[in-house]
Amino acid sequence: MKYAEILHRCFRCGYCKLPGNYIDFNCPAYAAFRFETYSPGGRMWLLRAWQNQEIQPSKRFQEILFSCTACGNCVEQCALPKIKDQLLLAFTAGKEELVVSGRVPPAVRDCLTQWQKYGNPYGLARKKRTDWTAGTDVQPFSDQEYLFFPGDVGAFDSRGQEIARSVVSLLKDLGLSFGILGNQEVSDGNEANAMGEQDLFCLLAQENIAHFKKLNVKKIITLSPHGFNALKNDYPALGGVYEVFHYSQIVAAHMAKLSHRHSCPDVRVTIHDPCYLGRHNGEYQSIRNILTVLPGVEIREMDRTLQNALCCGGGGGNLYTDILGHAPESPTRDRVIEAQNTGADILAVTCPTCAIMLGEAVKSLNMDRRLQVLEISEIINSRIEPRYHHLPDE
Amino acid sequence: MQDILKLLADIVGPQFVSDSPEEKLIYAMDPGTMPPCEPDIVVMPGSTEEVQKIVQTANTHAVPVVPLGAGLVLSGLSRPLKGGIVLDMKRMNQILEINEISRYALVEAGTSQGMLQAYLQKHFPNLKHSAPDAPPAATVAGNVSIHGSGHLSHAGGFHSDMLNGLEVVLPTGELVRIGSCATSPYWFARAPLPDLSGLFLGWAGTTGVITKLAIKLYPSYPLNDVGVFVCEDASLMPDILYRITGAQMAEDVTAWMTPKPDWAASFLHCNVNYGARTPKELLWKRNLIRASVEKYINEKTGGFLPLPSMMKNRFLEVPARQLSLFADVRKGGGFEYVGAIMPVELFPQAYDLGLDVSDSVGVNYSMGCRIIGVNHCMMFFYAYAFNRADPRDVDRAQAALEKTNRQVVDMGGIPWKAEAPAQKEIIRKMDPNMFALMGRLRSTLDPNGIMNPGNWEEG
Repeated sequence: MKYAEILHRCFRCGYCKLPGNYIDFNCPAYAAFRFETYSPGGRMWLLRAWQNQEIQPSKRFQEILFSCTACGNCVEQCALPKIKDQLLLAFTAGKEELVVSGRVPPAVRDCLTQWQKYGNPYGLARKKRTDWTAGTDVQPFSDQEYLFFPGDVGAFDSRGQEIARSVVSLLKDLGLSFGILGNQEVSDGNEANAMGEQDLFCLLAQENIAHFKKLNVKKIITLSPHGFNALKNDYPALGGVYEVFHYSQIVAAHMAKLSHRHSCPDVRVTIHDPCYLGRHNGEYQSIRNILTVLPGVEIREMDRTLQNALCCGGGGGNLYTDILGHAPESPTRDRVIEAQNTGADILAVTCPTCAIMLGEAVKSLNMDRRLQVLEISEIINSRIEPRYHHLPDE
Repeated sequence: MQDILKLLADIVGPQFVSDSPEEKLIYAMDPGTMPPCEPDIVVMPGSTEEVQKIVQTANTHAVPVVPLGAGLVLSGLSRPLKGGIVLDMKRMNQILEINEISRYALVEAGTSQGMLQAYLQKHFPNLKHSAPDAPPAATVAGNVSIHGSGHLSHAGGFHSDMLNGLEVVLPTGELVRIGSCATSPYWFARAPLPDLSGLFLGWAGTTGVITKLAIKLYPSYPLNDVGVFVCEDASLMPDILYRITGAQMAEDVTAWMTPKPDWAASFLHCNVNYGARTPKELLWKRNLIRASVEKYINEKTGGFLPLPSMMKNRFLEVPARQLSLFADVRKGGGFEYVGAIMPVELFPQAYDLGLDVSDSVGVNYSMGCRIIGVNHCMMFFYAYAFNRADPRDVDRAQAALEKTNRQVVDMGGIPWKAEAPAQKEIIRKMDPNMFALMGRLRSTLDPNGIMNPGNWEEG
């Protein structure tokens, strides 16, 4: 197994379970299941025991590994600088071993099969990938400045589709020139990669890269932080080198162009930092800059924020496999309660996966009347004049 | 055991009980050198009532019960030496009350040090508790129950001295409250009632399961500083520590000795941590601490180190994250230490012992101590790193630990949170009547001998 040489170096000191301020548990799998086995240190020791043939890769072992959301809190908090950067890589290597030997939970197997068959985890036909564009005038990419990459969630999930439409509406209002791959797009592969299916990731990535090359794509705006992570950090090794932006970065850079409404009610907004923007890519500021310049918005930070943000529970393929969803103590519900405790009216997100996970938690806790989970473009769109006013060519 | 598994699942819910090989493996060991001992079942109660039912069930079936906090004791005390049920208490982690005026916190037994620290910083920034050097995941109850010490131990003694009261599930399942909470809604002190808390402190979980406890809180200062006094002669350390602690300005006084980094080799360092509300008060305290050891400064036999701000910040960090780095010294994810409680006048002999043992096993020495109270005693530690992947290296560390334990006892010290073999070393020296009384108390409290058996036993 790759990274086997670091497994024994974990002391199980437990910093990895907590945020930097220690306020509560911050490893989603550990917070959900509470057995030491589900903590990052437990996983390290179990992987070592497996490598030493002290245990078999049982169903529970598989569940323990695939309950990891790849959120990166353990990497952020690990007290051992010489191994910390390799923790997630070791977990992914363990998953990869399981995938290669066909010993994965049924939900993981089904999800990976859908990806292989359809190029997406929803098992939907490729021609449905552009359904989300209904009612928009988004054009296929030809020679525009940016390629907009909605990803699987933006293309297929109904809530993701809403968010994708909202974001492109805002990008248009900002006067940006962009197009989409449409039905040629396949999954960005980030989640397949995090689930240890590296070959599948390569296939998906190479297919996207081939289309990008054919269309001479130079700049890409992703809807999902997961896609942002894959395209920015993993595609270059496969020959796909682009200027990759998350849409929140683009929006933040163009906020001055917007014309704000003056009649909007004041709102208190708390921010959920998505793992693949924050911990994985160090991007925390764009959403805060956006909210800071929106009139009538008061930011109320949660205790677990920025590098200490609690994952929504949807990463590492858990949005599709729902392994964490079977846990007795849901980090997703914990997160929305934490958001509500700030006194916020709105929980702002910049990730469609987070929007889905947290939105469902709000509903399941009957908190909808007190806390809205809104994606940042939805907040902006509700607080600006419907048309962009200051473009020189208008 | 399948019947018991089902009974436990009925109590806590099936998701919080396991007899899977994965949990058996992980709960069989802690990060130290002690060999694994597999539990039959791991269970995670969510309430005192559930703990009572679990203990009653264990009693009915004569199955051992081993309470577990964060499992960071390093000496293997929470390994189930005779199998049975490991009771992982970390789901019971509610902070139940902070009494600001009487300065105490009432918490459930699974509450971590870090969680309490963060809660106080957020809601009661003028208060703090004495946090040990253990990682923040360590539990408050676990540390109190082993007579731990921490960053306010110069001011307040052992963490068990800072205990105001306990709620305990007895080995037979009854619930008992100890301290003022036994007769009052307030958890303000153990006095003036007969102090039964001693029945549950230092017993390695052999007399009951702590489910709630109240601990003393202390003022948290906005300004904090540390001075590091150095000398080269271990024989001077008892007097230096006597003088510094006599000033009663510090919150924490610790010593450390290590040959790495190079600049630290052959020196003995004494960290003096103190805090204040104003710069004037901080300066006043600094001057008084300095004055306490002026004799040595004037003689040029010791002095305070100028500290770069990065180093100062590391010394002020609570808990000190860098201590975990010691586990990676041999690139092997392990260290364990003997923490010996002993009088401060034994410092020179304790230091020589550390040099001797380290030399005999061929490793760099890593020693230090924390002063408990106003020089009333010290916890002198000898730390040994090991490579978990190299059985010979683990054996080497274990041999060093055993040798240290034995010599500490012979010197007049007592190993703290002693693992089962070290307990036997202590029993070898213990007044036989005390040991006999311990046995009588245990058999009275725990007639079926279910609580963490294998600990505090002869033979």
